[in-house]
Amino acid sequence: MADNNPFPGENNTGHIWDDNLRELSNPPPRWWMIAFWASVIWWVVYGVLYPMWPVGQQPTQGIMGWSQMDEYKQGLDEVEAVRAEFETQIKGMTAKEILAAPGLSQYTVASAKVLFGDNCAACHGGGGQGGPGFPVLADDDWLYGGAIENIQQTITMGRKGIMTAHGKLLSDAEIDSLANAILAGNPTSDPNFAQKGCIACHGMDGKGMVVLGSANLTDGIYRFAPAEGESQLDTIKYTIKHGVNDVTEPKTREAVMPSFSGRLSEDDIKKLAVYVYKFGGGQ
Amino acid sequence: MSGKESTASKQSVVDDLYAESAHWNLNAGEETIHAKRMGGYWRKVKWLAAFSWIIFFIGPYFQWGDRQAILFDIPHRQFHILGATILPQDFWMLSLTLLFFALLLAVATALAGRVFCGFFCFQTIWTDVFTWLEENLEGKPQKRRRLDKAPLSLSKITAKTTKHLIWLLISVLTGISFVAWFYDVFDLWRDLFLLQAGSVAYGTIALFTAGTYVLAGYMREQVCFWLCPYARIQGVMIDKTTVVPSYDFHRGEPRGRLRKGQSEEERTTGDCVDCKQCIAVCPTGVDIRHGQQEGCIMCALCIDACDEVMGKIGRPKGLIRFESYEALEANKKPQPLYKRARVWVYSAIMSLALFGIAYGFTALAPLELKVIHDRQPLFVLQSDGSIQNKYTLKILNKMTTDITVTVRAEGPEGLVLVDEDLVTTARRGKVTARTVFVRVPKPMLSAETTPIVFSVQGEHDNQMLQGSRQSVFIGPKR
Ligand code: SF4
Ligand code: SF4
Repeated sequence: MADNNPFPGENNTGHIWDDNLRELSNPPPRWWMIAFWASVIWWVVYGVLYPMWPVGQQPTQGIMGWSQMDEYKQGLDEVEAVRAEFETQIKGMTAKEILAAPGLSQYTVASAKVLFGDNCAACHGGGGQGGPGFPVLADDDWLYGGAIENIQQTITMGRKGIMTAHGKLLSDAEIDSLANAILAGNPTSDPNFAQKGCIACHGMDGKGMVVLGSANLTDGIYRFAPAEGESQLDTIKYTIKHGVNDVTEPKTREAVMPSFSGRLSEDDIKKLAVYVYKFGGGQ
Repeated sequence: MSGKESTASKQSVVDDLYAESAHWNLNAGEETIHAKRMGGYWRKVKWLAAFSWIIFFIGPYFQWGDRQAILFDIPHRQFHILGATILPQDFWMLSLTLLFFALLLAVATALAGRVFCGFFCFQTIWTDVFTWLEENLEGKPQKRRRLDKAPLSLSKITAKTTKHLIWLLISVLTGISFVAWFYDVFDLWRDLFLLQAGSVAYGTIALFTAGTYVLAGYMREQVCFWLCPYARIQGVMIDKTTVVPSYDFHRGEPRGRLRKGQSEEERTTGDCVDCKQCIAVCPTGVDIRHGQQEGCIMCALCIDACDEVMGKIGRPKGLIRFESYEALEANKKPQPLYKRARVWVYSAIMSLALFGIAYGFTALAPLELKVIHDRQPLFVLQSDGSIQNKYTLKILNKMTTDITVTVRAEGPEGLVLVDEDLVTTARRGKVTARTVFVRVPKPMLSAETTPIVFSVQGEHDNQMLQGSRQSVFIGPKR
């Protein structure tokens, strides 16, 4: 082909179309070649320094000894080092002391969020807002007391309240009248409240007793919130009728706070106590 | 017959094309341009404009109070500009600043062409300084061309090495000066010498050194031709009314060499004597007599050159001058500035941007408050019958000292801030977060959400500082 090239001496490749369209073999610009070879060198150097070649199960390690895992662990260590300072302090302190130290309580609120999310939020909600059957942690109505020690004890030991099912002891009319009095926030206005023995647990004034874990019936805050389509009156009646954790009553309400002493370390429980206290209801 | 005619006219079209392409000088940098340096009016203007870049070198050394007057402190995410501290929260002002300068470029280009390129661009100025050094060390363009071609000799090596060393020195200084805007300048010098300035600082300096050295020392006009986007952007902003360095072809053509003994009266040629001085001085190697073209950075040096020639041969100056295409071609007087829509629109946007920046600076509150209402739960009923809401306050303190602030809230009647201790230390240059609980007796709430205004107040240098923010108080559905 070279013999009858109609455009001699212009370094075309000999590929010619339509009489005069031809492909030239001009070299790429120098800067382009420099960049090209520089990137090749870069690639080789990178391959020597860093993990790169897949060989068998593991890639070549590179002479820098760098690995992503190490970098991650280093980062983690840095965080741990910052935390360690607080953590050692927390170890030697009671929950109450932690609460009193502003820096520490702030640290605890920030860091115990994960603990709360893992262990508590499933029942009590992410912000302590409670749920059907599970108490609100953000209010100041506590069955077992809202002092930091009480909260810590509740988490450590767990709680299980008892209320006898009154379905067989009271008539429907009596239950109705009691429930309405409670809903009005004035249980003592119903004579049944004293006569039928409610006062034994809920107190003469109906405000409950912390030692027994009995509910305050006067403040409009209810241990059992109504489920979908139910009224608060219905839930009150249900609780009176079937009781709470009454083994003789199959339809009784189940209300058990499990003990966390076996599952969490004492420090974690302290932190959680502070965290719950700080929801806004601690006393 | 007609067939023959059309072939002929076709031929003439093609001839025109060839004639045009002959003028097409594709400057791909094969040959270093050694431009002649001449004095003149525009040359002086150019030096003056270049001088404004001194700020770049000495700016970081100015102090304001106990710190650098202008410091872009990236690790701490704050900009210090004289007395003001600008945090990421105020970055809208940066956008306005950029808008202002973008339009300044647009308006300058629309009126007078690539003023930026010719007089203020760092590429132009650094190249100018580099070639000035070259001229002083190696001699005039002729000599330099000869030196480039000359075989290696001791004198050639000395001349070249000195030049490159000075170029490198300027490049390193450029790099350090750049970094100094982001790094306390005195610390920087100390750290640089103690080899502890950190890889980012060294890396940036190295990049700038290499960039300056290569771009101003070797690439020069190639940057303007092939790399710089602004060259092309400004190119399209120019229109017929834009005043740009132009060759007056009516006056100049037909060009012809000056002939000895010929009197002015019997001259048949135009004013251009074809001395090619305008090409010789052009830093981008352009022949302005072919009209405006992409390579021209509008530095006006050819005007100086031509004026000098005209002066010598006693013809009026201004054969090459700042003139609009319209004025040259149609002999039309350009419209006064205030009659051009472009001027009005650009100025309006620019004043808006300026106004915004000025407003921003006066309204830069030293204390800023953000309020985040807790969502889980939205509200809680308390045993005394009140409704409690939880808020996280984020207090931003832009001052250089910590400030003790008191939190207040105003909202529905009967509102109580629950916390015993409503005094917080707002840490300097940081956002301090704190939680507050607000209670309102249920009967006082007339709607599901009620507005509530939080404020923080603190004292600094006997001056009351305050920040406030509106939020909502949420109660049960009614
Ligand atoms: S073309 Fe670009 S680099 Fe060249 S002078 Fe203009 S702005 Fe500067
Ligand atoms: S043609 Fe004239 S104005 Fe344009 S770059 Fe060259 S010397 Fe400067």
